[in-house]
Amino acid sequence: MASTQIDTEATIAWDDVLASFDPVMGLEVHVELGTNTKMFCGCATEFGAEPNTQVCPVCLGLPGALPVVNETAVESAIRIGLALNCEIAEWCRFARKNYFYPDMPKNFQTSQYDEPIAFNGFLDVELEDGTTYRVDIERAHMEEDTGKSLHVGGSTGRIHGATHSLVDYNRAGIPLIEIVTKPLTGAGERAPEIAKAYVATLRDLLKALDVSDVKMEQGSMRCDVNLSLMPKGSDTFGTRTETKNVNSLRSVERAVRYEMCRHGAILQAGGTILQETRHWHEDTGITTSGRPKSDADDYRYFPEPDLVPVAPSRETVEALRATLPEPPAQRRKRLQGEWGFSDLEMRDVLNAGLVDLIGETVEAGATPAGARKWWSGEIARRANAEGGVSVADYAAERSITPAHVVELEGLVTSGRLNDSMARQAWEGVLDGEGTPTAVADARGLELVQDDGALEAAVDKVIEANADVAQKVRDGKVQAAGALIGQVMKEMKGQADAGKAREIILSKLTS
Amino acid sequence: MTTDLTRASAAELSDLLAQGETSSVEVTQSLLNRTDAVDGDVHAYLHVDREGALATARDIDARRAAGEELHRLAGVPIAVKDVMATKGLPTTCGSKILEGWIPPYDATVVTRIKQAGMPILGKTNMDEFAMGSSTEHSAYGPTRNPWDLDRIPGGSGGGSSAVVASFQAPLAIGTDTGGSIRQPAAVTGTVGTKPTYGGVSRYGLVALASSLDQAGPCTRTVLDAALLHEVMGGHDPMDSTSINAPVPAVVEAARRADVKGMKIGIVRELTGDGFQAGVQARFDESVQHLVDAGAEVVEVSCPSFEAALAAYYLILPSEASSNLAKFDAMRYGMRVLPEGIDDPSAEQVMAATRDAGFGDEVKRRIILGTYALSSGYYDAYYGSAQKVRRLIADDFSRAFDTADVLVSPTAPTTAFRFGDKIDDPMAMYLNDIATIPANLAGVPGMSLPSGLADEDGLPAGFQILAPAAADERLYAVGSALEQRLLASWGGPLLGRAPELSTTTKGA
Ligand SMILES: [Zn+2]
Repeated sequence: MASTQIDTEATIAWDDVLASFDPVMGLEVHVELGTNTKMFCGCATEFGAEPNTQVCPVCLGLPGALPVVNETAVESAIRIGLALNCEIAEWCRFARKNYFYPDMPKNFQTSQYDEPIAFNGFLDVELEDGTTYRVDIERAHMEEDTGKSLHVGGSTGRIHGATHSLVDYNRAGIPLIEIVTKPLTGAGERAPEIAKAYVATLRDLLKALDVSDVKMEQGSMRCDVNLSLMPKGSDTFGTRTETKNVNSLRSVERAVRYEMCRHGAILQAGGTILQETRHWHEDTGITTSGRPKSDADDYRYFPEPDLVPVAPSRETVEALRATLPEPPAQRRKRLQGEWGFSDLEMRDVLNAGLVDLIGETVEAGATPAGARKWWSGEIARRANAEGGVSVADYAAERSITPAHVVELEGLVTSGRLNDSMARQAWEGVLDGEGTPTAVADARGLELVQDDGALEAAVDKVIEANADVAQKVRDGKVQAAGALIGQVMKEMKGQADAGKAREIILSKLTS
Repeated sequence: MTTDLTRASAAELSDLLAQGETSSVEVTQSLLNRTDAVDGDVHAYLHVDREGALATARDIDARRAAGEELHRLAGVPIAVKDVMATKGLPTTCGSKILEGWIPPYDATVVTRIKQAGMPILGKTNMDEFAMGSSTEHSAYGPTRNPWDLDRIPGGSGGGSSAVVASFQAPLAIGTDTGGSIRQPAAVTGTVGTKPTYGGVSRYGLVALASSLDQAGPCTRTVLDAALLHEVMGGHDPMDSTSINAPVPAVVEAARRADVKGMKIGIVRELTGDGFQAGVQARFDESVQHLVDAGAEVVEVSCPSFEAALAAYYLILPSEASSNLAKFDAMRYGMRVLPEGIDDPSAEQVMAATRDAGFGDEVKRRIILGTYALSSGYYDAYYGSAQKVRRLIADDFSRAFDTADVLVSPTAPTTAFRFGDKIDDPMAMYLNDIATIPANLAGVPGMSLPSGLADEDGLPAGFQILAPAAADERLYAVGSALEQRLLASWGGPLLGRAPELSTTTKGA
């Protein structure tokens, strides 16, 4: 048996869903904070360590061990709350969420229940068509992550069919912030796009806050999609499903769309939606039934008696507010203006993740156009060929810095290199041959500064191309381009094209 | 040396050791010999660590000989309730579910007694997970009261009080969630203190009810309790609920024993009806002793105390049901596979283990707590209990406006016989009526012997309660009363306990 058989459920066409129903979405995003230590103990949080090497009595839930709150995590939570335009609780407590699960050491999760640290906020999300959708944030609360189960012996890696399970508690106790939206209505056909744009915007925001590495593929940012449909015109929410662990932006979009089509099929056939959690299958793009979930699920929440309340003073909150970075969308707009990039150029820069690098390079003295040119050319091609690493990572690994770009640009403006020589020098830098100047020196890249040699070359070219020269004399200045090309060829590229043009025009016009 | 080292107090042993009149090895060996002789009957210990205790004793003796400056209690042996994590020593909490578990770390209190250089003699018996008032609910069999082996030694820390009362150790560590230090002290004629909540670190104390649990000293004298309190207490960054302030000046208060001008408040709701005549009589005499020592008596009323027992039996099981969830056979302790299931799931193993590993009283309270926290019942049960808790705290603060300390009998009766209340949980719960309010409000309390009840010749306890963080008042009053009682008895009350039959160990 190759793989478990999955029954694909019926769906209806996208247009049919939209014709009859309005979607209601709720997005729950879990973010692992990038603190050095866990939420309630001093264990390290590094990703990818040997299983069960980053554990202690506290995060293993050994009898007698007690939690102590990680103050940095609380500060991160407050900063996230502020960045999401939330109110910050003056006084709030942790609560125990009680349920039995083998990867949860204490069989309760220390979380927050009816007293979240941050609540009542919003995040404005820009859509492709330039419009903005406001996502209302219900709450952001602190909690701890669970361990990770590994099911061994089966074909699927899922618990079904496995002969035994292994648990890695390295992840147990890593600080999480859960950000929950209010039910999002009125999205209509834009629902999948809004979901994706929200998660993307949130990811950028968290990155700018420097509170998490927000790597969806490593699970440091995870999204659950709650979705229901209501008949068009109705304002009574339908039964929702919760699709768990949708772990890429594209999947968020696809999962919303798929669930809308699946709900639509059931409702249109007169069926009822089962309230349940659903698994998302990245490969096939469908969801399958998980565990039935009902309102009777009883986690027996009560205030965590082992921890004292969190009561951030208003001074602390204001001090943290002062540390907030400029919101990414606003920053992008500002930089685009400052740099004079077109919309297309800016989008390319954003997609290539070059904003920070260009910013640093401009800061170091380069022109915005130069910074964009050098960081998005050859180096981007090489980084992509290396399995898609980011330009920033590619450069950092090879100690290629903004200063190199500034220096390269300086070599051009000072007249030592022309553009094609500068490209050669940059390739040398990327090849690890040293600074642009060192590469230029080593490769003998130098514009010929001897005007005599250049004039001689010009004379030779004019003589050999009398017809073209005559066109220039007759006022067709653009024809000089062909002569310049010939001169450069004559000079074996070691000449300043601008200067060649100057000499040609002075000889043929006036 | 004619002194019987097993009968000496910790303060006396400390002096003898400092003066070179004895060695820690000699003291430790005497106590271990005493255990060999009497603990077959008493069963105060679940585990005795002969080698570990003697090794510490040898180390301390060597360091003392080398002229090193040592802690006042260095070399004085101690027993630890089996609810405290001890690195390398079994820690069962009196439960089968933790049979064989050896903690990889020390509770903060254990670290502190180790740093003081105190040899740890062993781990003492207790009601399973500290649930009970008789030690009958230990999965490893009951501890017997040294005054009468047919009677209970109190609970849950019957082992820690009995080990002190039977001269197997001068000091023991207990824990008190609703009276588990004070009630055993009362029925064994010993001294026990529950410090202010947060005064002693709970790190490494296997939690019964986190918001009520507090570790404290079990001793034979008030001064010894103060000396041990000072070692155990103080801020611990590993326990968020620990108070960040110096330990109150308990030793100084015990030494001064000064109650002149102090206002002693008698709690109207904790005397009279329901209290055994002999217990009440000894209490009244004790109050008179304090008046003779210069204190003034006032009567106070704490009407909310009547609801304390009900609130306690909602809060405790609720917290316990969650605290005890971690015993699931996944990472440590017992693991039982369900019968008749070939390929059991983790959940089935958890259920089978918990069914086999927990005793009836534990199951009873887990079920109660699970119910009380359930959605739809939370407000009526846990929520209301928390409101009662605030009312009790308010009663205390009003009472402490007029009185410096409050007093009552510690327990309504002397030690009951085994089996008397085992099938009647309510009757057992009522035994804690006078001790529970202090846990609910987080205030400190002490029990010390007030004498023997006339009707049965068994010890009665006198309880002192003080405002939070004013633990030193317990010691001032306790010490003053102890001096007068000792004078009236002509020696320690425990001197009147029947001799335990000793069994000589075969060579
Ligand atoms: Zn840890």
